[in-house]
Amino acid sequence: MTIKVVFFAQVRELVGQDELSLTEDYANVESLRQALITRGDKWALALADDKLLAAVNHTIVPLDTPVNPGDEVAFFPPVTGG
Amino acid sequence: MIRVQTADFSLGDEYAALSQSHQTGAVVTFIGKVREMNQGASVSGMTLEHYPGMTEHALQQIVDQAHDRWPLLECRVIHRVGALELGDQIVFVGVASQHREAAFEACHFIMDYLKTRAPFWKKEQTTSGERWVEAKDSDTQAAEKWHQ
Repeated sequence: MTIKVVFFAQVRELVGQDELSLTEDYANVESLRQALITRGDKWALALADDKLLAAVNHTIVPLDTPVNPGDEVAFFPPVTGG
Repeated sequence: MIRVQTADFSLGDEYAALSQSHQTGAVVTFIGKVREMNQGASVSGMTLEHYPGMTEHALQQIVDQAHDRWPLLECRVIHRVGALELGDQIVFVGVASQHREAAFEACHFIMDYLKTRAPFWKKEQTTSGERWVEAKDSDTQAAEKWHQ
């Protein structure tokens, strides 16, 4: 089973892709974020935690939320609709 | 009724749908539009991005909360995505109830929550280039007042 990771808005533009699939295990959203940050400067900039929001399976969650195989994890900036 | 769509919408059609029931004594509607000046720059258009699946889910949760808080007959929310031009309609919120207070408050609540909880992102085209719209603290404060 894999974890699907999706990106939106500025985060998507900085990392240069919409989504990726990961087969490694991560304890929680924060450990996944830390692993992605090591991919490069743009990843570190995109996934800096000061304003970043994360969702697991379509619900916004705190970064210490567990991640399980089959989950869809999303990273995105604060929302600006309306 | 929740819709996320590229197409425009008609206030007349939405009002007709909201006011069908003879129990309805109050209908409040809100429309948000693409405005010329935003955060100090002249805007010619914008592109709206969303998170398919989560966006609809988040909007439904907001509408469900409105139904829990006020005695409402119907809520309709439409949010457009994709390319929009100056003056275009972006968002519609319509609420029907028996009495005006519930409709006024629920419409306001749904917009305040939508601004801070529904995954949409605006990228504006301005005279000085493209830019992502920054989230505003005042929107967060507006949503927080409903917690009290």
